[in-house]
Amino acid sequence: MSIELLLALPVMLPLAGAAFTLLLRHYTKLQLWVAILTLSAIFLVAMVLGYYVTLEGVLVLQIGNWTPQLGIVLVADRLTALMLLVSSFVTLAVLVYSSAQTVSENIERTPVAIYHPTYLALMAGVSMAFLAGDLFNLYVGFEVLLAASYVLLTLGGSASRVRAATTYVIVSLLSSIIFLAAVAAVYAATGTVNLAEMAVRLDGLEPGVRMILELMLLVAFGIKAAIFPLSAWLPDSYPTAPAPVTAVFAGLLTKVGIYAILRLETLLFPASQIQNLLLAAAALSLIIGIFGAVAQTDLKRVLSFTLVSHMGYMLFGIGMSTQLGMGATIYYVAHHITVQSTLFLAAGLIEHRGGTTNLIKLGGLQKLAPVIAVLFFIPAMNLAGIPPFSGFIGKVGLIEAGIQYDRTSGWILIAISVITSLLTLYAIAKIWNRAFWQEPSEEIISRDVPLPKVMGGATAAMIAFSLALTVLAGPIMEYADDAASSILERTPYVSAVLGDEAAEELQYRIDDAGHRLDGNGQEVDE
Amino acid sequence: MPVSLSLLLISGVLIACGVYLMLERTLSRIILGFVMLGNGVNVLFIIAAGAPGLPPFEGSADPEDMTDPLPFAMVLTAIVISLGITAFGVALAYRAWQLFGHDEVPDDVEDRRVLRRRRRRTEDSEHLPWSQALTEESRRGALAQSQGLFAPEDDDPLGSDLTSAEDVPQDATEADAGGEPLPPKPGRRRAEKHGKSTDRPAGERPAGESARDTRHMGGVPGAGPSTETDREHTDGQGER
Repeated sequence: MSIELLLALPVMLPLAGAAFTLLLRHYTKLQLWVAILTLSAIFLVAMVLGYYVTLEGVLVLQIGNWTPQLGIVLVADRLTALMLLVSSFVTLAVLVYSSAQTVSENIERTPVAIYHPTYLALMAGVSMAFLAGDLFNLYVGFEVLLAASYVLLTLGGSASRVRAATTYVIVSLLSSIIFLAAVAAVYAATGTVNLAEMAVRLDGLEPGVRMILELMLLVAFGIKAAIFPLSAWLPDSYPTAPAPVTAVFAGLLTKVGIYAILRLETLLFPASQIQNLLLAAAALSLIIGIFGAVAQTDLKRVLSFTLVSHMGYMLFGIGMSTQLGMGATIYYVAHHITVQSTLFLAAGLIEHRGGTTNLIKLGGLQKLAPVIAVLFFIPAMNLAGIPPFSGFIGKVGLIEAGIQYDRTSGWILIAISVITSLLTLYAIAKIWNRAFWQEPSEEIISRDVPLPKVMGGATAAMIAFSLALTVLAGPIMEYADDAASSILERTPYVSAVLGDEAAEELQYRIDDAGHRLDGNGQEVDE
Repeated sequence: MPVSLSLLLISGVLIACGVYLMLERTLSRIILGFVMLGNGVNVLFIIAAGAPGLPPFEGSADPEDMTDPLPFAMVLTAIVISLGITAFGVALAYRAWQLFGHDEVPDDVEDRRVLRRRRRRTEDSEHLPWSQALTEESRRGALAQSQGLFAPEDDDPLGSDLTSAEDVPQDATEADAGGEPLPPKPGRRRAEKHGKSTDRPAGERPAGESARDTRHMGGVPGAGPSTETDREHTDGQGER
């Protein structure tokens, strides 16, 4: 048995688990344990994968032994392994958290029977998107996770959820169609959908055709990643879902979009001519998202807007496409998945204790529920980028990369990211002031519900994970740097999938400073 | 690569119709638009397969003469996916019709709040410039609100929409009103205005409102079940 077979597990296990939990729909307890076991198994698989990719480089599994040009290939490099590791941990923690919530209060609002199968199907889609070695498989992965997310967003089919989901479903349908049309266009232009082969063939296309293909794919992924002009759907649809569902959506779904953009900008279209567009979108996401967050009076909406805003940081690194920027982006993605999910879980705790997430009604929680205060304070400070947390490290990495990048656009973005960081702190301080200080209302004092241990424990585990990202920042940054240099070079990926001869046909690679070089080491300028 | 003009035209027409339908306000039309768009894009795949050739069975002919089978495999997958998603969309439209009596896509919460605020402002003082349009009272109200002295829900029904925890009854959207401005909230300020304006009898507006309501209910197909659920929701019982 070769180690490559492990690559199929992150997709197969949750799908099998989903089928199994559906069969067990009358046994709630058993269902939960099956789901937890499945996700723990994926976490283990991701750890083993992470170990092997550092040893052997890129792992490739050709399903059914078809040639990569015809069949489905699953590919894992360092980036994939890291994303799988973080996402499986987050989904596991959120599942444990939600087990307490569904039991305690939401029993009639959340039909548990379909919750676990859909949740596992979502995980299967996310893993598939991370592992996909061809564009069409990536599309299928996106569809699986989107279909699951539609169901999770409308759990219970209540009025507000149906309304929120309508917008979400329509926007997602549109992005899927654009993606599908882009796949067709790519096939017409290159005759393949395999990412490695596309990388080889796209290099030889005319700049105009390349740009059209790139823009189509970028719009499709940009909607999913909620990059500024395409982000208006997010703050309107996420906050209505149950807290654990929002946590997973906020943490993972947008990051799948970012992951796809990262692959697009490195493997398929290295250091392309739209870099400045990406940087402009990053700047606008940062600034407009955070202004939205400052203006809101609902905790979950504030957090949704900060999510939109902080997508800009990751796009900043991708837009520069320098070695340092990519490394910092990869680290930042891992940090942001964890911390944003934790914050939504903490928001769920606040809702549990205070009965609402409306900041005007909340108050005095610091005295009434000191544990929740701590559980909110740490990820909140982490998000705002207060040293020594991982948010600070990621931002410093990005800013350092921006200084090294040394172009006007880079300097502008550095300024904007510092301002955004400050405004994030302001938004967080506003939440703290309103929800944790102030005089509590009678309603909150009388509503004395104890904190369920499981929910608090799951949130604490997430915080511990984010602290591990902080403490182990050195090795993780090193790992992220290796991942970045491997994806910027492009050859490891292509030669692992197609063999060394194909890799030699690659015309371009990206150097450390983010310039596109042709085969002779000359900079290409279009 | 040779491209069949008829396929290209079919795909173009399907996509154009799909985009048009997608821009509609009701969910059922949007889903029809999605189906047409999807079909148009599927035809694009067939175009991408290149010139038609012999059936791709192994050993039956020279591979050079065969049709490229890969795009068709992808089209089949895409059809299956869009079938499933369409089924979900139709179910969602049905649920929306059950709950609200229509399957119209609601405006963004924030957008409606801004619209409402602006309307209320112009209602009070149509002739004043923008900067003076806020009355002293509403200014004080805004101040109190920003200080957290009272919840915005007292004044603004959409405020409750922002608290995600409880399910809120459907708020009339602009499209519900059929082009008319939203019915003003019967509140403190409203009553004051009626007292001041003498050119209109106080009873006129409510009569118009109820007429609009009945027309709205009557205009909806299957108004029976929908109004029932509507009432259930406005009673604040939520769903079971």
